[in-house]
Amino acid sequence: MISRKTPHVEDLSANPFKEDFPLLSSNPQLAFLDSAATAQRPRSVIEAQAEFYRTTNANALRGLYGLSMRATAAIADARSAIARAIGADDPCEVIACRNASEALNMAATAFAGSILREGDEVCITVMEHHSNLIPWQQVCKASGARLVYLYPDEQGVITPDEMDAKIGPRTRIVAAAHVSNVLGIENPIAELARRVHERGGYLVVDGAQSVPHMRIDVAALDCDFFAFSAHKAFGPFGIGILWGRRALLEAMPPFLTGGEMISRVTQESASWAPIPEKFEAGTQDAAGLVATAVGLRYMEEIGMEAIRRRERALMRACTDALFALPFIEPVGDVDPERRHGVVAFNVAGIHPHDVASILDSCDVAIRAGHHCAQPLLAWMGVESCCRASLAFYNDERDIAALVDGLNTVWRTFHG
Amino acid sequence: MASIYTAALMRHNAHPDYKYAMHDPSLTREGVNPTCGDELTLSLRIVDGIIEEAAFTGHGCAVSQASADMMADLIDGESVDEAKRLCSLFLRMVRGDTIDAADRARLDEAAELESIAFMPARVKCAELAWRTLEDALA
Repeated sequence: MISRKTPHVEDLSANPFKEDFPLLSSNPQLAFLDSAATAQRPRSVIEAQAEFYRTTNANALRGLYGLSMRATAAIADARSAIARAIGADDPCEVIACRNASEALNMAATAFAGSILREGDEVCITVMEHHSNLIPWQQVCKASGARLVYLYPDEQGVITPDEMDAKIGPRTRIVAAAHVSNVLGIENPIAELARRVHERGGYLVVDGAQSVPHMRIDVAALDCDFFAFSAHKAFGPFGIGILWGRRALLEAMPPFLTGGEMISRVTQESASWAPIPEKFEAGTQDAAGLVATAVGLRYMEEIGMEAIRRRERALMRACTDALFALPFIEPVGDVDPERRHGVVAFNVAGIHPHDVASILDSCDVAIRAGHHCAQPLLAWMGVESCCRASLAFYNDERDIAALVDGLNTVWRTFHG
Repeated sequence: MASIYTAALMRHNAHPDYKYAMHDPSLTREGVNPTCGDELTLSLRIVDGIIEEAAFTGHGCAVSQASADMMADLIDGESVDEAKRLCSLFLRMVRGDTIDAADRARLDEAAELESIAFMPARVKCAELAWRTLEDALA
């Protein structure tokens, strides 16, 4: 089945993937170009979630009966599968939460909050999504640490010179998007890791926009924490993952407290369960975790190399077509070969919300606004922009619909 | 779907008569649409309970800009009380409430934005100037 799909992935006139996605196959007129906000889900993910409730549903961890033990085993199996998918050897290093935002808040509050002292520095890039920016602002305010920004060059690249200038003896933490949700560029994670580790600090990576597009290997990235959301990686809403190094997770305090995360509780105090449960207070979304693993497996079945090849072909076709339109202004001068999944642009003189509304009337779904990256847009001198984002299930018809829609936008305003 | 991009809306967007920095206003208020970062500053010159002059500055989409210009055109010369009433009428209309024909006529060109109620994601754009006015006159 899958092997039948992969040989011709760069043929954008063919789309062997759409049939796996019920929403896309039942809405053939829709050009869904907003996967960076949330992906569509394959049938296998939707079914896995329903199947859990049909066959395995019980509260995990505490039940002493068969059904509960099967639910517990389902969580363990899912955790192992998620760990394997991101190159983590130890499933206990995979912490489940609600979304990448919560995972990053956990890293910033529980980990950074326990190590930062006044005068320390936290270094982030200006292209961070608000979810990897505000938690650092907050923890810096609370601890008296200073927030330092890395700025990209004209092509969106954080250069070695910039890293050398900003990552110094006071840097305790570097936090960076693996892939920018506006520019689509991949940041030099391994180089950031080497520099911050030389200074005795730690690297936190926001993988929300990279997991859907590339093979993730947290060991090769050499990061200390890695966060992502299942729903952008073809999994369900409501599941985020924070991977962290065992020693750091064991040393840091819990983030949320309550049921399931304790070892022993008295009237006065409590001690914590071992990881991962220490960071998973309350009943976990077992069905969601199972479906998360299925979403990651779906990508592996297509093959990460096949996904990369198709998305590269899509991105080339999309940017070639878009930037050939005389009224399209690119946002960020990023080489299409270096863009992962997203292309940001404006239509000359027309507000992005008007563009998105008119595109909607043409059955083309894109995102418009500040993309939760207001500091980046302000730094680039752009108030807001349009963003089309791609996944392997897009094809040349989606790109043609976008181009036709943009011509309609232009005609609406200019006759 | 009926297009909200009507001739009147496009005209107000392209040539907003009331978009300028007012000299010596008696009241100014800033409004922001947090979903898109659009900002608007509304200036009013009120003399003896009458809005003698209304103007706005800022940036935003065609819907927010045209809506602001239509609003300024509508309230210019009206009493504060009548401006409040028109404001409330407009805000009800774009939220999908039915308003009677006489009130609809009273809203003049701004009544063309009625169909924005079918585009929930854009209601805030149409409302920005009116919410700012409501706040200014509160």
